Amino acid sequence: MSKHTLSVLVEDKPGVLTRVAALFSRRGFNINSLAVGPTELPDISRITVVVEVEGAALEQVTKQLNKLIEVLKVVELDAHASVQREILLVKVRADAATRSQVIDTIQLFKAKVVDVTTDAIVIEATGTSDKLRALLDVLEPFGIKELVQSGLVAVGRGSRSITDRSLRSA
Amino acid sequence: MSDTTKQAPSPADVASLARPRPAAEAKAVPTAGVVTPVLEVTGAQALVLSLEAIGCDTVFGIPGGAILPAYDPMLDSKKVRHILVRHEQGAGHAAEGYASATGKVGVCMATSGPGATNLVTPLADAHMDSVPVVAITGQVASAAIGTDAFQEADIRGITMPITKHNYLVTDPAKIPQAIAEAFHVASTGRPGPVLVDISKDALQAMTTFSWPPQIDLPGYRPVLRPHGKQIREASRLMAAAKQPILYVGGGVVRAKASEALRRLVELTGIPVVTTLMARGTVPDSEPLNLGMPGMHGTVAAVTGLQKSDLIIALGARFDDRVTGQLSRFAPDAKVIHADIDPAEISKNRLADVPIVGDVGEVIKDLIEQVTLDRAADDAASGWDYAAWRERVAGWKETFPLGWTDSEDGTLSPQYVIERIGALTGPEATYVAGVGQHQMWAAQFVQYERPNAWLNSGGLGTMGYSVPAAMGAKVAEPERTVWAIDGDGCFQMTNQELATCVINDIPIKVAIINNSSLGMVRQWQTLFYDERYSNTNLQPLEQRVPDFVKLADAYGCLGLRAETPEEVDAAIKLALETNDRPVVIDFIVHRDAMVWPMVPAGVSNDMIQAARHEAPVWERED
Repeated sequence: MSKHTLSVLVEDKPGVLTRVAALFSRRGFNINSLAVGPTELPDISRITVVVEVEGAALEQVTKQLNKLIEVLKVVELDAHASVQREILLVKVRADAATRSQVIDTIQLFKAKVVDVTTDAIVIEATGTSDKLRALLDVLEPFGIKELVQSGLVAVGRGSRSITDRSLRSA
Repeated sequence: MSDTTKQAPSPADVASLARPRPAAEAKAVPTAGVVTPVLEVTGAQALVLSLEAIGCDTVFGIPGGAILPAYDPMLDSKKVRHILVRHEQGAGHAAEGYASATGKVGVCMATSGPGATNLVTPLADAHMDSVPVVAITGQVASAAIGTDAFQEADIRGITMPITKHNYLVTDPAKIPQAIAEAFHVASTGRPGPVLVDISKDALQAMTTFSWPPQIDLPGYRPVLRPHGKQIREASRLMAAAKQPILYVGGGVVRAKASEALRRLVELTGIPVVTTLMARGTVPDSEPLNLGMPGMHGTVAAVTGLQKSDLIIALGARFDDRVTGQLSRFAPDAKVIHADIDPAEISKNRLADVPIVGDVGEVIKDLIEQVTLDRAADDAASGWDYAAWRERVAGWKETFPLGWTDSEDGTLSPQYVIERIGALTGPEATYVAGVGQHQMWAAQFVQYERPNAWLNSGGLGTMGYSVPAAMGAKVAEPERTVWAIDGDGCFQMTNQELATCVINDIPIKVAIINNSSLGMVRQWQTLFYDERYSNTNLQPLEQRVPDFVKLADAYGCLGLRAETPEEVDAAIKLALETNDRPVVIDFIVHRDAMVWPMVPAGVSNDMIQAARHEAPVWERED
C-alpha cells in the first residue's frame, strides 16, 4: 500500500483532533503519522496526516474528512512537490572513547548534538523518514538508549499557499 | 430558583415581541422569522427563547439534575409543547418520527449521564437514516467536567461518530448560536442528528439574548446545484441505454423531490425500484414501480437491477442489503449516482457519472436536459426502452409478492398487514419496528405518498415503532398513524403508551405477535438447522405479558384477533376509536417467513421467490 500525505486545515476548536483521529479508526484507515500545530492564521490549525491507502479508499478518506464540520480544507501533498520533514531526538550511548566517532557520523547527516553527559549524548536531526532511518541505522551499533520522533509535517513547494483561497467564504 | 430568574421576561413575553425579518436576511439563518431586542436572561431562558425563535413547537424529553434549569422556563413557554416521555430512547425516536413524517427538525431533550446515553440509540438511528434531529442534553457544571461527577458522561465524545455534528456549550452567551447552528446543520445538506450538550452552570448563569445569532460554519458548505456537465453526461448515458433503471433511495424523500421524480419517470418511461427508505416516493400504483429491491425485495426489482445496463441512483447509497454481494451486483450496468453527500458516491459502487447536489435539483435539471436532448435527437437514436419495459413487466407479473397460508388455519402475518393497509388507506402513516413484520409492512401495504412509511432502515433498531409513531402523530394529529410492530420490538419501548394516553396521542398499534424474534428465527430455520436458540418469547402456557391486559392497564383500547374473521373487525374498531390509543394483539403463526429472499453475502442472482423456489429465467437471461 502506498503512503499519502494529507494536509487538513481545521478550525482550532476543542475536540477537533479527536474527530479527525476517530474518523480514521472508525472507517478502518491506518494512520502512519500525525502532526498538529498552528498556522499563520489565528483560529486555524493544520493537521498533517500520513495514511496508507490506495485510490478509491484515499478518495473516501478525503471525502469523509471534508464532511466534518470543523474541517476547512483537505489537500494531498505530493512527495515530489512538497517539502516533508520529521524531527528526531535520539539518546545514544557515547563515552570518551566513542563520542568523537558518534559526532563525526552524525555530521554527515547534518544532525546536531543538543545534550552531552559522560556516557550519552542527545542528537537532534530533521529530515525525511528515509534520512532519519539511515541515521538511526548508523547510530545503532553505538547503542540507542531512547528515541522520540515527531509526526511528519509538510508544505507545498512554490509560492502558493493552501490557505490562500478563501477559507472563510461561507 | 433565584429572584433574578423570576424577573426576567418569560418566553411568552418575548415571543410577543417577535416581528418578521427582512426576507433577504432571512435566508442565511434558520429562524421562524424572528428578531428580538437584546434581553437579560438566564442561559436556560436563552435556550427556550432560541427554540421558540427557530420555530420548534414540540420537544420530547425527560428532566433530570443537569438539565433542570432548562425545564423552568419551559413551563412558561406558550410556543413549545414539551411532551414528557417515559424513557429517553422514546424521546429520541419520537423526535425521529416527528421529523420523518414532516421533514421538520425533531427535538429531544435529556439530562446528563444516563439520560444522554439513553439517546445514543436514536441518534445512531437518525444518523444512519439521515433524519434531522436536534438533541439537547444537560451536562454537569463546567467545573465538574472531567472529574467523574455524579451523572457525568462525555456525551459529546460518545456521540461523535453517530451525529452529523455536536457541541459542548459552557458559555451561556453561546447557547443561541449553538441552537441556531444545530438546526441549520441538522436540516440542510444531508440531514442528520446534532447534539447540543450544555453545562448546568451555563444554563443557570445570566447572559444576554438576541435573535438571530451569527452562524459561523466556514467548513460547512453543502453543494446543492449539480454540475451541468455531469447532467449532460447523464442524459447522454440515458439516451444510449437499452435497459435503464431508476434506483431511488430515501434521499428523494428527505429532499421532498417525489413530485419531480414522478415527472422524470413519466417523461422517460424508465422502470423504478424504491428502496426500503423510499417506499411511497413513487406510488405503488404506478405500473413502472417494481417495488423494493434488496434482500427481501421483489423479484422484479432485484432482477431489474441485476440485468440493467444503466443504474440511475438518486439519493440511494448502494447499501449491502440492496446490493447483496457487491462484486456481482448489476455486473453490466453503468452507474449514474446523484447524492448530496459526496462521500456516498463511489463509496460502494464506482460511479461512471457522479453528480453531487440536492436530488430535487438534480432531477429538475435531468428533466430539462432529457427534454432538450430528446427533441434534438432523431427518433432512431435511442431513448427507446419499450422492449426492456415489457421484459420487466413480465417479471412483475410472473413473480408477484405473495404468501402461503399455514395449514392449521392460524393467522398469516402478511394477511393482517395487508388488511391494515387496505382498510386504512394511503393517507395514513405506517411506522414499523424491525424484523419480519417490517419487511411485510414494506411489502404488503400499498404506499402512494412519501413520508407515509417510517422505519429504521440503516441501524435496524428494534423498538423504533411505538415512539416514532407517537412522534409522527404529534406532528400530524389529523393523520391515522399505525405502529406495525412485532411482539419482540413492542416490548422494548411500549412504555411510551403511557405518554400517548396522557398526552392524547391516539396512535394505533398492531402487534404482529408470533411469540418469537421472528427474523432471527427465520435465519435459524434456514441456516441453523432449525435450532431455535433464544428466539422463543413465549415458552410458557400463558401469555407473558398479555398484551390486551397491558393495553388496558395503560388506558388504551386492547383488542385481540386470532382468526382471519376477527381481523377486519378489530382493524375497523381501531380506526373508529380516536379518543385513546389502540393496541391490537394479532396472534399469527410463527413459521411464516419473509419471501423473496437473497441469502446474505451471495449474488442477487440467487434470489428465491419462496423457499426452494428460485425463479426460472427465459433462456437469454
